[in-house]
Order: sequence, then C-alpha cells, then structure tokens
Amino acid sequence: MSEYFSDDMLVCRCEEITAGEIKRAIAEGARDVTGVKRRVRAGMGLCQGRTCEKLVQQILCAELGLAPDSVGHSSARPPVRPLTFGELAEGVVE
Amino acid sequence: MLSRDIVIIGAGPAGLAASIEAGKAGADVLVADLNMKPGGQLFKQIHKFFGSSEHHSGTRGTDIGIRLLKEAENAGVEIWLRSAVIGIFPGNKVAIRKDLGDGKTELITLLAKKIIMATGASENVVRFKGWTSPGVMGAGAAQTMVNVNHVKPGKKIVMVGSGNVGLIVSYQLMQAGCEVVAVVEAAPGIGGYAVHAAKICRAGVPIYTKHTVVEAVTDEDGCVKEVVIAEVDGKFNPVAGTEKRLEADTVTIAAGLKPVVELPRLLNCDFSYHGLFGGWIPLHNKNMETSVAGIYVAGDSTGVEEANTALEEGRIAGIAAAESLGLIPADRADARKKEIWGRLESLRMGPFGEKRLKGKEAILKEYKERIGLPSVR
Repeated sequence: MSEYFSDDMLVCRCEEITAGEIKRAIAEGARDVTGVKRRVRAGMGLCQGRTCEKLVQQILCAELGLAPDSVGHSSARPPVRPLTFGELAEGVVE
Repeated sequence: MLSRDIVIIGAGPAGLAASIEAGKAGADVLVADLNMKPGGQLFKQIHKFFGSSEHHSGTRGTDIGIRLLKEAENAGVEIWLRSAVIGIFPGNKVAIRKDLGDGKTELITLLAKKIIMATGASENVVRFKGWTSPGVMGAGAAQTMVNVNHVKPGKKIVMVGSGNVGLIVSYQLMQAGCEVVAVVEAAPGIGGYAVHAAKICRAGVPIYTKHTVVEAVTDEDGCVKEVVIAEVDGKFNPVAGTEKRLEADTVTIAAGLKPVVELPRLLNCDFSYHGLFGGWIPLHNKNMETSVAGIYVAGDSTGVEEANTALEEGRIAGIAAAESLGLIPADRADARKKEIWGRLESLRMGPFGEKRLKGKEAILKEYKERIGLPSVR
C-alpha cells in the first residue's frame, strides 16, 4: 500500500514541503520538529506548524522509532498570530 | 500604559467562566478573542449536553453560551472580539491586535496583573493521498459551516473518526441535508458514546471500523469526487486488496484535537506530554496556575476534554486569580474551589471520564513534584 504514502505527498501545505523532503531532513540528522523546520522550513509558514506539527512528529516517530514525547514540538515566537506589515508599521499604543 | 487586573485570552466556556468569577469578585477583567463572536465552540453545539443538572444536562450548547454571555455582561466583563493576542512579554505585557471595526486595527500593549490563558484546541489532520484537496476539512470546520453559517460543506460526506465529534457532526450534517456516505474508524471499535452511534446507524450510515481513508480522488478541477478506504492491520497500516471506493465530494476529519499552546510556550511555562489530553500541555496546580506565577490556564488548552470541564476549570482559574489579587478572602475562595473540584470529579467519571480523572491527577502530582510552587520569571 506504499503507493498511497508516496514521498511526493504534501505535509506542510503553507511552505509546500513533502514527506520525502522531511524524510531526507531526518536522514541528514534532524531529530526533532525544530531540526526538520531548520532544514526544510516545514512549520515555518502562515500557520506556524499548527496543521503539520503532528504530521511531522508522526514521520519523526516512524523514521526514528521514537515515542511522541521525544521528537519535540513547534517553538513559539511573537507574533503568534499573523499581522500585516501595515499593522506593525502603525506602531504600538501603550 | 493601559492596565487591567486580569486579562483572559479566549472567550470560550473556560475564558467566559473565568471572567464571570473574577468579574463578580470585583476584578477589572478584559477578555480578548480572535473570533467574530464569543462562546468558542458553544454556539455550534446545537445538541443537548449530558450529565447532571448542575452541568446543564438537557441544555444545548448554544443556550449555555447565551447564559454565560449574559452573566459576563452582568459581571461587568469587557470583551474584545476579532482581537488576537499576538504575544505576552516580560512584566505581563499583553500585546493585542485590537479590532476597531471597518477593517481597522491597532496594536495595543496592556499591563495585566494576572493572565488566564483559555485558548482552546485545534483539529488534528490525517495524511492521505489528496488530503490537501478542496473538499477535505476538519469535522469542526464542517460543523461551523452547517450550524453557524448554514452552509453545507458538500453533498456526500465521508467522516473520518468515530469519536463523539465524528458521530455528532455526522448526525448534524444529515440534519442539514447532507448525505453521510460512511464513517471510517481505524480502531477496532466505535470511539464515541453508543447513543450517538445508534442515531446514525438507525439512519443507515455504515460505520467501518478497522478502516482508514487512503485516498481522496479528485476530478479535473481538483475537487474530491471519490474516496478510497481500506482495512488496516494491527499497526494501522492499510492492507492491500481491501480497498473500497465510495462516491463522495467531501471528507471531514474528526481525528482528535490538540491544545493551542503558543502563549504558554512564549512564557516558558513547564510542559508535559499527555497523549490522552491531545499532546503537550502546560502543567498546572489546583489553582489552575502554571509554573509561572500569576499565569493561569483553563479548558482544552491544558488538556482536551469537553465544554463542561472547561467551564469548571475556568471558574477555578477566575476565583484563584481574583483571590491572589486580594478580592476574595482565602477561606471563601478555598470553599468554592473545593466545591468545583468535586464537580469536576463527578464529570470525570464513567468509562470515558475515569481515564481523564486519573490523567488530571497525574498532572497535579507532576506539578507538585517537578515545580512545587509557581515562580516569577
């Protein structure tokens, strides 16, 4: 049934990263969600990994034979919700 | 700088309940929510809730939402809608993109004496060939479409997942006039309550256990036209030769939820992994206070459960935050919190609840052992 899980299947739809690219990142040494993100940008798009985080974790677990709690998680940085440049340029009311 | 006694992020059942308790105690409370309407998921829960009378049994989620909003208004709570909290910075500075109407926004930072994070959960996806095609969506999204926006997500629907969300949303899609072609469940048994499963079984909807979706086949426009399902083996891998092809234009995925936790991550709260509760959650004590002093969590964002448990956790967080500001005397706060913990215990009973009761006890114990007392960071 591997034809249903081909490497060209999208995992991170924001950055258009496929399962194959994530597996390659793991082969190159990625050991957690952040490692994958740094190598191939999965989880770096508009949704900041909200959708693909679990899928990336599942692939890490399957490839490395690890438990879900040992493959890390998305990190968070402000802004945690999308902002436009215009909104940022307007400055902050204090 | 603008300031508030308590800033609450999220106007779902947990956030609203927290705001009501804190507001009634006399705290100056602001609730920020990025949605158009308050109530979180309550306003799409058109079905009646289970449980005891003190837990709104027989009441629809929408009616609970209306009641909470009224109580929040009476308690003098201020709610900013379409307003996203984009970060929390040292010294409890909360940055909010506030909606001003007419498409105008402004960025505001606000000093909060206490912060309650009630940011809820987001839907898990399942990966199969074609999962990014138009027509594939979360079951929660489909529920919002039919119950809130009165739009059918499609005509012929395959539901993935037979937990309560999958079963209830299947029924509601049918009430809205959609055909549910099948419910597909990877586990050997139906996940949700028998009463919900029976409703859709009586209507003739097949529930395929030990099956998974392997492909959403698309037409020339890229839209779903057929869904291929297959049996799975003991390791949930599809078995070749067992495929069934179902005519459908929509796949709705009810594969569980995960807590939304960017804000506690920003604050460096201590986390723990609990698969039962959806994954990584910020640890909390019996005040619903995280490892960071003055920062509280409640509801699905600290373990996916249900509206009633979220509501009660929110009440505890609201009482504890108001107590720490000196607005409720300790003895009265203790009595109220004890009473609510008792109600939570009764909510976490039965074959489904008991695991969650033990899980939450483990979380409290882990907090005690790893953290002890919350600290200023």
